Amino acid sequence: MILFIGLRVYDRENLPKEKPYIIVSNHASHLDAISLLDIFPLDELNNVRPVAASDYFERNWFTSFISHLLFNILSIERKVVSKHSDPLAPLKQALDSNQVLIFFPEGTRSVTGEIGNFHSGIVHIIEKYPDVPIVPVYLGNMWRSLPKGEFLPVPFFCEVRIGKPLFPKGERSSQLNQIRDSILTLRGK
Amino acid sequence: MDWIMSLSISHRAGVIIIGLLVLATLIILALKRIKPDGQWETLLQRVKSWWMMAGLFFIALVSNRIISIIFFAFVSFWAFKEFITILDTRRADHRALFWAFLTIPVQYFWVGIHWYGMFIIFIPVYIFLFLPIRQVLSKETSGFLASTSKIQWGLMAFVFGLSHMAFLLNMPNVAGSEANGHSLLLFLVVLTELNDVFQFIWGKSFGKKKILPSVSPNKTWVGFIGGVLTTILVGFFFRFLTPFDLKMVLIVSLVIGVSGFCGDVVMSAVKRDAGVKDFSNLIPGHGGMLDRMDSLCYTAPLFFHIVKYFYYYSYNW
Repeated sequence: MILFIGLRVYDRENLPKEKPYIIVSNHASHLDAISLLDIFPLDELNNVRPVAASDYFERNWFTSFISHLLFNILSIERKVVSKHSDPLAPLKQALDSNQVLIFFPEGTRSVTGEIGNFHSGIVHIIEKYPDVPIVPVYLGNMWRSLPKGEFLPVPFFCEVRIGKPLFPKGERSSQLNQIRDSILTLRGK
Repeated sequence: MDWIMSLSISHRAGVIIIGLLVLATLIILALKRIKPDGQWETLLQRVKSWWMMAGLFFIALVSNRIISIIFFAFVSFWAFKEFITILDTRRADHRALFWAFLTIPVQYFWVGIHWYGMFIIFIPVYIFLFLPIRQVLSKETSGFLASTSKIQWGLMAFVFGLSHMAFLLNMPNVAGSEANGHSLLLFLVVLTELNDVFQFIWGKSFGKKKILPSVSPNKTWVGFIGGVLTTILVGFFFRFLTPFDLKMVLIVSLVIGVSGFCGDVVMSAVKRDAGVKDFSNLIPGHGGMLDRMDSLCYTAPLFFHIVKYFYYYSYNW
């Protein structure tokens, strides 16, 4: 699979040695999560959790089974059901047990390869865990290999560009912008 | 030197190539000793990569025919992939591109079952007619012609063109000579690659006047002419691989020298158009697969058809 797609990983050494940390990346394809999992050695995969929306990935038992079995997803509710339930609780649990989270703050796959607006969920996590590093990652060409709405992948060379860890500070919106800008910078290189 | 003459002609050529590589490595190491401040590291890197490539190529040649064909199919796959990655393709082309990649195993399957008629028209006729229809079905007309042209051009150069090398492997002994498909393929590849090397060496050492500055700033007239002349000499040297008489060696080597240069500058123009320097960083010191296969896209089909016309005319196609 990886030979077929031809994944190129840049600056792997930017990944922190210590867990936990949060990988934040742009999102354009189902290949995104696979590629990000691929940069980890097999024995660490148990502790790497792509964060996924339960309304999409648990829409039927089959998708749910596959996503949990193969991708070890951490599913969260996108809609707040009641005031007392905390949709981010599973994430906090995961960080407390030193796992790596993979976050796609756009919340959906981009159709054009452009990077969309970021949702604020990630900022709520940062507020609770200001010491957990945020690792910005730019994924290139994934949307060409397997765009939204297609099921047959085409083997373009794809890129994973890993940036230096960040600790966003300041207002919520400025934190989001800091993360988004760092991904845009990685893309521009 | 009797032992070397007792080898089959292809093996003899293999021994000579390894000798040349040893010589090149030693010369560069010596130059590095004498003038340590020169840029020998990149050259050494290149020669190392040559060792790798020659090794892989020989393994592909001496193993059985199926493995050789899969090897060339993989070369086509990689080259086409590099080509399509640096280009702008439209979202609407996704399915057509999927089919385009699927032509690679099919084209090499025709090679494998030795069906010349299908091999020679599959991409220029059937795929040429089919892919635009697949693109019409995705209902996006803006950029349609640009897109069909890019895909078809890539398939012609990197799948159709390069697969001629694999088809040479099918060819039996030429009547009244020791040469066969294997030795002819070896002649083609060795001459094409040495032509690249000599054009580079001549151009670097003595080149001044640029030949096509807007396309490829490093190509000079001296490099081109010196390279072609050296290639003709090399052609005479490796004549034992072929059934050619003296006049024919001259013509074929000239064709390889000139068309190899053409392939090189055409791919440079493609890279310029896409705004990249190398197609990828697969081969250290060289760039991508395409940076090495560019000349062969031109020389392989031309060489194949010259040989077919003059030496296999009585062969039952």
